[in-house]
Amino acid sequence: MTGQKEKEPLFSTKILRLLMTPINKGNPITVLVLGVCSSLAVTAKMKPAMVMAISVIVVTGFASFIISLLRNTIPNRIRIIVQLVVVAALVILVDQVLRAYAYEVSKQLSVFVGLIITNCIIMGRIEAFALGNKPWPSFVDGIGNGIGYGLILILVAFFRELLGSGTLFGYQVIPENWYIAQGGFYENNGLMILPPMALIMVGVIIWVQRSFNKQLIEK
Amino acid sequence: MEHIVSIFVRSIFIDNMIFAFFLGMCSYIAVSKTVKTAVGLGIAVVFMLGITLPVNYLLNEYLLTPGCLAWISPDLTQVDLSFLSFIIFIAVIASITQLVEMVVEKFLPSLYSSLGIFLPLIAVNCAILGGSLFMQEREYANLGEVTAFALGSGIGWLLAIVGIAAIREKLKYSNVPAPLRGVGITFIITGLMGIVFMSFMGIKL
Repeated sequence: MTGQKEKEPLFSTKILRLLMTPINKGNPITVLVLGVCSSLAVTAKMKPAMVMAISVIVVTGFASFIISLLRNTIPNRIRIIVQLVVVAALVILVDQVLRAYAYEVSKQLSVFVGLIITNCIIMGRIEAFALGNKPWPSFVDGIGNGIGYGLILILVAFFRELLGSGTLFGYQVIPENWYIAQGGFYENNGLMILPPMALIMVGVIIWVQRSFNKQLIEK
Repeated sequence: MEHIVSIFVRSIFIDNMIFAFFLGMCSYIAVSKTVKTAVGLGIAVVFMLGITLPVNYLLNEYLLTPGCLAWISPDLTQVDLSFLSFIIFIAVIASITQLVEMVVEKFLPSLYSSLGIFLPLIAVNCAILGGSLFMQEREYANLGEVTAFALGSGIGWLLAIVGIAAIREKLKYSNVPAPLRGVGITFIITGLMGIVFMSFMGIKL
């Protein structure tokens, strides 16, 4: 299918490892600290976070794939510009598709769709992996990193929406009669909706992850 | 004039790039270990925002906004190039970064030795592209407003990174729980700083 010679099957253990490592031990956000930039601002609700995660998975996968195809023809001095142009073209496609089929969400995401271009995961994976590997492994590596990133995004959004608005995907989850207004005892935590809580949530996720994986602890 | 001042102050404190929009977080976390390097990167960001935003503003006004090609010929009023804005903005940013790097290397070697390593990093700093996209979305009226916004957000970013670097230098001497050391505590402190900056939110300018 791709530049792969017949030696390896399409899903060898090596390929599967490329897919699975970024999800936990090599997670782009919590371990490599890449790609925090643009997207934590979209995690106040599940729906935009989900759309953002899918967009990033698509762009990282295909950007790595295309750059890997071109890797022997790009002159080293201008490679950053070439990479940025490829990524920008992919992001334009994603943006146009979102505007056509999910206009409401694309309004909510506003500039953050465009900011996928400068998402450090994409450039990081292109520089670190796609420039030195064949197209198919690069594609899988890109998808794996996209998924690892998307998982954190969705996890943060899950807690922020549940605790901040009492809803998930816009549906009420906390029973109505628990609220103080209805004579109950519960109140939404308004602080969770505000931007700084996304950072604190990521900090807490890092804390939990590193308590389970001792080898990730920094000195 | 007051309008420009208010945009400037607003973009430093209220719409701070880091604390309100998380733009440029990657380099913010990676380069904030010492105050000295943080100042270097911060100044580079102010500088690049100050140059690229006005350029992108002019391109947006005279090339990208729907119907704005009328200044070439009346036949082109129907042309809408706005879908190209991402690719044009990022190309402008990447090429200006490269140009500035060369110019600074040639004419200001002392500045280059202090800023040099940061300049290539800047091309992929979300704060720069984010600035351009916010500029497009908020529809600033003229070049003065855009420049004020650019410098303001740059200075806001500089403040944030210098602040966190100073805190991280002191943090070396404190007893942080082992799994939180390094990145984890940095995120949480940034969050707390963000909450502090939110106290500016009530200010009406």
